[in-house]
Order: sequence, then C-alpha cells, then structure tokens
Amino acid sequence: MILIHCPYCDEKRPEIEFANAGQAHIARPLDPSGQNDAEWEDYLFIRANPRGRHHERWRHIHGCGRFFNAVRDTVTDKFETTYKAGEPRR
Amino acid sequence: MSGFRLETGGRVDRSQPVTFRFDGKAYQGFSGDTLASALLANGVMLFGRSFKYHRPRGLVAAGSEEPNALISVDRGPGRFTPNLRATGVEIHDGLKAFSQNRWPSLSMDFGAINDRLGMFFPAGFYNKTFMWPRSFWDRVYEPAIRKMAGLGDAPTAEDPDIYASTYAHCDLLIIGAGPAGIDAALGAMDTNKRIVLIDEQDELGGGALADPALWPWLERSVKALADAPNVTILTRTTAFGYYHDNFIGAVQRLTDHLPDVTHGSREKLWRIRAGEVVLAQGAIERPLVFDGNDTPGVMLSSAARVFANRYGVAVGKSVTLMASHDSGWHDVFTLAKAGIGIAAIIDVRESVDSALMREAERLGITFYLHHGVVGVNGRHGVTSVDICNYDDQRVHRVETDALLMAGGWTPSVHLWSHSKGSLKWRDDLGAYVPDVPNENVHCVGGCSGDWDFGKGTVIDVLPTPKDQSRIKAFVDYQNDVTAKDIKLAVREGFRSIEHIKRYTTNGMATDQGKTSNLNGLQIASSALNKPVPDIGLTSFRPPYTPQTFGALAGHAKGALFQPTRTTNIDSWAQAHGAVFELVAQWRRARYFPKAGEDMHAAVNRECVAVRSSVGIFDASTLGKIEVVGPDAAEFLNRMYTNPWKALEPGRCRYGLLLKEDGFITDDGVSARLAPDRFHLTTTTGGAARVLNMMEDYLQTEWPDLDVWLTSTTEQYAVIALQGPNARKLLEPLVEGIDLSAEAFPHMAIREGMICGIKTRLFRVSFTGELGFEINVPTAYGRFVWEQLMAHGAQYDITPYGTEAMHVLRAEKGFIIVGQDTDGTVTPFDAGLDWAVGKKKPDFVGKRSMARPDIVASGRKQLVGLLTDDPNVVLEEGAQIVADPKQPIPMTMIGHVTSSYWSETLGRSIAMALVAGGHDMVGDTLYIPMPGKTHTAKVSGTVFYDPEGARLHV
Ligand SMILES: [Zn+2]
Repeated sequence: MILIHCPYCDEKRPEIEFANAGQAHIARPLDPSGQNDAEWEDYLFIRANPRGRHHERWRHIHGCGRFFNAVRDTVTDKFETTYKAGEPRR
Repeated sequence: MSGFRLETGGRVDRSQPVTFRFDGKAYQGFSGDTLASALLANGVMLFGRSFKYHRPRGLVAAGSEEPNALISVDRGPGRFTPNLRATGVEIHDGLKAFSQNRWPSLSMDFGAINDRLGMFFPAGFYNKTFMWPRSFWDRVYEPAIRKMAGLGDAPTAEDPDIYASTYAHCDLLIIGAGPAGIDAALGAMDTNKRIVLIDEQDELGGGALADPALWPWLERSVKALADAPNVTILTRTTAFGYYHDNFIGAVQRLTDHLPDVTHGSREKLWRIRAGEVVLAQGAIERPLVFDGNDTPGVMLSSAARVFANRYGVAVGKSVTLMASHDSGWHDVFTLAKAGIGIAAIIDVRESVDSALMREAERLGITFYLHHGVVGVNGRHGVTSVDICNYDDQRVHRVETDALLMAGGWTPSVHLWSHSKGSLKWRDDLGAYVPDVPNENVHCVGGCSGDWDFGKGTVIDVLPTPKDQSRIKAFVDYQNDVTAKDIKLAVREGFRSIEHIKRYTTNGMATDQGKTSNLNGLQIASSALNKPVPDIGLTSFRPPYTPQTFGALAGHAKGALFQPTRTTNIDSWAQAHGAVFELVAQWRRARYFPKAGEDMHAAVNRECVAVRSSVGIFDASTLGKIEVVGPDAAEFLNRMYTNPWKALEPGRCRYGLLLKEDGFITDDGVSARLAPDRFHLTTTTGGAARVLNMMEDYLQTEWPDLDVWLTSTTEQYAVIALQGPNARKLLEPLVEGIDLSAEAFPHMAIREGMICGIKTRLFRVSFTGELGFEINVPTAYGRFVWEQLMAHGAQYDITPYGTEAMHVLRAEKGFIIVGQDTDGTVTPFDAGLDWAVGKKKPDFVGKRSMARPDIVASGRKQLVGLLTDDPNVVLEEGAQIVADPKQPIPMTMIGHVTSSYWSETLGRSIAMALVAGGHDMVGDTLYIPMPGKTHTAKVSGTVFYDPEGARLHV
C-alpha cells in the first residue's frame, strides 16, 4: 500500500485515505459557450495515457479533504512529488 | 533405532508422546514433530498422489517449499483445511490428517492409470485436446478435467473460526530468523529501533535448528532477543507479500498447533509498515532432474539433515546421495555421524575437494565421481538405484532405501521480487541473486547468495544412456512437469520463459516453483542454446505460501462484511415488523406488512392511505449538504441547471445536477434558509458523490468563491408526512410556524419547534399529496416519529416504506436518478427541460447540451407506458421493440425503467426510455417476454393529478 504525501497536511498517509481524481492541469474553460465542438471535446474527453511521468489529481478524501496535484510514474507506481492545487505544473 | 526414530538427538520432546491419525490410522510422534517427521519416524514414505499422473509421492523437503506432501487437516465441522504441507503441520493429540488426490486409497489409486497413459499427456495436453467440438466444453471436458485434476477438496461448511487482524509499525522488520536474521536482530537490538522479527516456523533458528553445534548460540541469542523490550518476535508467522513503501502482509497461525480449536482467534493478519526491511529468507536446495526422481524416498539432501538433526528421524537405513554440490557431502557426513547407514555418494563432477574425499574415506563411505543416477527402482519407496559411470557408460545397481539430491541452492528472492527489486544472474551459483533494491530493504545470508555450503556445478538434466523420450525426469513435482515437457515447449516454438511456464505449467502450482523454477530455466536455456539471463525469469507474486481466505477476510464477513447504516427510526421499524432493503449501505424499511399481507397487499394499503388520509415515511437517508457563505447562491447557480440567485429565503427549489458531459447525475429539493445559507438534499446513494463533485469545483475551478460545504446527512432525522390530513395532524404539534396554505405554501421551508424539538420544516412532496418533511436533530427522530404516530392514530396514520414511496412518485412521474436515468440521459431526454435555466450563461454541463450527439435526433427519451392489458405489470429492464414480427435478433429501441401496480389508478403504470419516445405518444410498442409479447401505448409520464391540484391545498 503506497504512502502519499498530502501537501496540505504535510504528512505521508496510506493510500486508502486518498482518491484519484484523474489527470491534472486540465482547467475548465472560462467561457465554455465560446468553445467549438472540437475544443470542448478535447477538454471533456481527451486524456493522456503516458508510460512514465503522469500528472494527476488526488484528493485526501478521508483526511483534510483537499484536492492536490501529483506526479506519479505509471510504470513504477512511485510518487515523484505532490503539490497544492493552483501551483504550477512540476 | 526403533523404526526410523534415532535413539538420540533432535529437538523433539521425547517425554511428550503425541497420538495423531493419518488416513484414519493412529500413529505416535513426539511433541515438536511435524506431521512429516512423525510419519517418517513411523516408516511412512508415501504421502500423496501427484496432480496429473497420480504417481505415488513422498517428501521432497523438510520446510515450506515441500511440493509433494500436501495433506488435509480436519479440525471438526467447518474446520477442514486442504493443501497443507505435511512439513509445516505441527502434530498434537487428536490431529486428524488425510492424504489427497487418491481413490479409493493412497496405496491403491485408480487415477494412477493416468501415469500409464503418461505418453498421452504431454505439455499443452489440455490446450490441444479439449478444443473441439465446442459443444463439449461445458458438459464433457470441463467436468472430466475437474474430476481428474485439482488438489485437496474445498471445504463445504461455513468456517466458524475467528480471524484477527492488526496493524504494526516498526523501524526494522527482519523476515526470517535463521542465523542471518538473528544476527541482524542482535546487531540492531541495542539501538532504540523498534524491531519486529518474524519467522514461519514454530521456533526461531531456521537452518541452525538442524545444526546442533549452533544450539548453544541459538539459545543465548533467542533469550537476548526475547528480553529486549524493543524487539517483537512473531513465530508461526509467514510474511506472504511485500507491497509498496515497505508494507508487508503476514499471517500468524495461533491455534492450528493446539488440540483446542476453539481457543481465541485461529489466525491473525499483520499489516506491517517498516522503515527498513531485512530479508533473511535463506535459500532452498535444488533437486536434480533424472529418471525416477519423484519416487517416494528421493528427497533433498538438506531435508534429510533436518529430519535427522532437528527431529531425530532417519530418512532411511541405507542412504545414497546424488550430488552436484559439496553441501550434500556435508549432509551425508552428518547423517553418518548420527548412526545412519550410507550406501554411497555419487557425484556428477569429475573431481571434488580432496577434503571431502578424505572425510568420506575416514567415515568408510563409498563414493563414485563422474557418475549419475539413471534409474530408481521401487514404486512406493526406493529399493535400489542404477548409477552410470559417465566415463564408460556402464550402469550398475546400488541397494538403498533413500536417495538424497544435492543440486545446489536457490536464494529465496520471493519477497525481494514482490518489492520490485531487480535480480542479477550469478554463473558461479547458477542462480539469480538480489541486485538493485526498489525499497529500503536489503538481503542477508542465503537469500543474498551468501552461503558457506561449498561449491557445485549446475546441471540441467543428469546425463543418461536411456532414450530421453522414455524417461520421467520431473522438474515440477506438484504440477507433474517433466524435462521432456519443457523441451517439447521449446520445440513447438515457445521462447519466452513466461510462455514456456504457462504452456507447461512449470512453477504454476501452489508452491510457485520454489524447487522447480531454476531447473526449468536451465533446461529451457539448454534447449534454446541461450544463456539463462537471456531467457528471463518468471515473476514471483504474493502469497509466498498459500494463506487462508479467513485470514485475509478477517472480521469482514457476514454482518460485518460492510457497514450497515441505520437511521434513528430504524429500531422502531424493526419493532413494527418492517421488511428491509439495503440502499447505498443504508438499511431502509421497504414495507410494513400486517398479519397475512404479502408485499403487494401491504404496498397497496400503504399507497391508498397516503392518498386518502396520511402516511409517514422515514426519509432520513436523504443526502444533505449545508452550503454556507457569501457566494453560496452564486456557487449553486453554477452547479445546478436552474437559477438560484433569485430564490428567496424560506423557499425551496428542485435542483437538477449534471456532470460536465451534460448527463443527469443527481437531483433533490433544496431550501434557502438565509441569504448565505442553503440546506441541500441529494439522492440517498448520491450524497458522497455530489459532495465530492461540489468540493472539486469549489477547490479547483472556483477557489475564489467564499463558500463552505458540510455534509449534514447524519445530523438530521427526516420524517416525511404525506397526505390530505398531514397539515391537520401537524398543526397542534408545531410551535412558531404558521402552517396555513397562504403562510406556508408548497416548496417552502420554516424553522420552529415540533413536539418541543427544534425543526427545519419543509413543505415538499415526493408523492403528489400535501406533504411535509420534518427535519429534527437525529437523536430525536424516533421520539418525534412516535409522537406523530400517537397523534396520527385519529387519522389512521400509516407508516409506508420505500416500495410505496416508489409507486407514489411514479404515479406523479417523478424520476429516480439511477433508475429512470442511467448516466446517458440529458434533462431534455428526461422531460426536465423546465428545470434548465435558459438565460443562465453557464452551469456545469451547459455547454455539453449543445454537443452534436446530444442535439441529434433518435435519443432515448423518458415516456410513460400503459399496457393494453391493465393487469400486466411489465418487468423493469424489459426490452422494447417497435415491430414484434421482425426476425431475431430484434432491434431494441428502449427499455422499461420503472413499473408498478397502481392501486390508486386500478391499473399498471410504467416509465421507459425509448428512442425518439417524445414523438411517439399514443403509439403502440411491444415488449417481448418469454411466452408472451405485451403491448403498451406510449403516454406522458404523469399518471395522477397532472394539474397538481392536490399539492396546492
Ligand atoms: Zn491532507
């Protein structure tokens, strides 16, 4: 069972306290109605499936409740880093 | 020597005889014996029948790597455990053990015919033979395979035992308490580290238990560790899996070795998080591959040493060694010194260390260099072996009753591999050893390839002058895989060891190839003419040895399998005969049958009571979220489809929640208590999901909004009071709220007191009747409910359950998200476009409502269905077709989502999702069912009081 560092609690906690929340750094367009179908499709459905470094969102759902971002290696399942929502991509 | 028990020696307690049974026959052993050592002491050589050929099999090993001697233990009703290794079962008075995979008896087994037909069971036999005809798969091949194959019988009765589980944290976890593990513990003992030392055996020592010279050291060391306050010792504990971040799963066996099976938990699951792990799992001796190497009495050389030195048991009276490694010579010297007769030492090597030869000569042991065993005589036990001189190919016979194999050593890298540490090949050892760790872990002793057993040579199959295609030289004893099978797989084109493994099943038995993987690899390497590292290595996966389901399940079974959530009113429902159902882990009253009523009768009565007088319903399970803050209205405006900013405090609104893809995900009525405070309700099953979704938007998309979300589901008991007499019943019980229609209209909320308890009183209705939902602090739920029941007696107040609630809402065409919608239904599809704020610039899901697929025609839309025969209640989930005469497979245009008998309307009603359904009102559709095709007319979804006259009173 993986230990995940919550950047808000600043503690490593067991993964059962967390929930994955999909790919990170996909911001909801500020004006969705201004998006054409292709742009909206891209936002809604198109996701990366990298082998290796992957930016994803996690929520410390059974802890502080905060969403945060993480870089996880999809091959080794190791977390490279975690950081608060709103901070720049690492 | 009496039987095979040596006069002296061993760690068994000879003052404590133990009586046990094997296949019904009584035997005696000593306290400290395993089933294996005790039976061996009684001269028992035959322990079981093999998996595929039903060949007679005896012990190969003395430890948990034992592939052959799988037995079942019966500890009483429900306490039957198959596939235990006899080498790990401690005997106690009353133990009842049985051999497996034989009929009618172990010594006479009909299945052994498979052995005579062995030439017809090559690698891939099942894959090749049971392919055709397809119709034979289920009825002929599978039952035949099941009958023939398999190991012990699965238990049939429920397991009455209790299984405990615990978490543990330590700085240093040492797995394996042989000399290397004990040294590691002693070395760290004087630090302030919290140390856990675990070993699968009943006492610490590992290999030292078979080396009497080490016993004084062992005794001192164990005492020192036992006295150290920072060291926890777990014996009879198997570390079965090594998971991420130094998380180790281990099972401790607590009672199986005791005569009293009912004393406390049987096993305990340890989940251990360690700062640092030391693996000291040792090494496993490798068998040699030659014709007849599975005859009972052929075993590992190191096992013979363990049986002699640890248990005081001779494995034979005249023992022969077949070696390719020095360690076997040392074992035999030990046996000779213990008084066991040695027939001969045979070594495949042309030369060995002269010290070994001198010692053999001193002990009077005949030895043959550059020789090999090419045949084993005896079916249920070794009587003699044929050995071949590799210089001149001449064969001669050696009389012997046990043949030991010393084929070198394989480091136990199982847990290291679980932890994803890499391995490197060592030619000198002919084995993989740990290389680069992936966790904070290191290996010591035998499992790191560090041993003092001497030198050896690695050999795949012993050379033989016999026809290679006619010999049975076993590699994997448990799965009956021979050297020939592996060579055949290579001939048939398999190159990767992963494929060879699956094709031959080598290493796929319950022992995961502890004694067979490396030999299989060597044989494949020779056949492919490629070095071993180029072929790869199959992965080890947890569990290291088989574990019980009981230990893994722990307390999570029966009523504790998952939590059951109950409301404050649940106990009242229980006391009043409610029939319950589980909804999203909540236990909900489904209906309240009176004497003699079935569900149908009870639901009809409950529905009529609501429509004619007043019904009472426990709605406490509704999800509730308190939304607070200056931007609360703005937030809800962005989340829900409908406008919220203009909602006045004291008023309620039906909220429809979409996902960003435009599909309905939840709904519920919510109330504005104050400009900055809302009381939201969600569906029972959607509460957690909706809160998570709202938190997501609030935290990550709109962190600028000043809003707090709090789950209040468990804070309130909610009592729905529904029916024309609801107001009359409430009026005398409520303080501070004017219940009149003018002062308190439909879709409004008031705060006040009911029966002296503070309440948030909603005037809402999920039935179409005049209705109220009374929210009180949870602890007062049952009290208020009972007050309402008492005062409602004059109106014949009727408690109703979820089934009547479903009927009542369906009569009004109110949808249930997740039943009438399935994650692909838009507000328009569901006929809820009235709930979408057309003027709102944005809300979650709005942009998607213009997606090409969503504006396309032919989408499934929610409609009503009225069967032509009013007495037919359609089945929910039934498929709908437009033309019942079309050939099969028919084009299905939709399905029934809700269907009930409506006692109020005196007929059945249904809702359905039908492609293009909104344009079909009045059309006839068909619902083919087994034996009969039903016809129904498409209608609107509101079947009762479409004007809503009954609400606004
Ligand atoms: Zn946290």
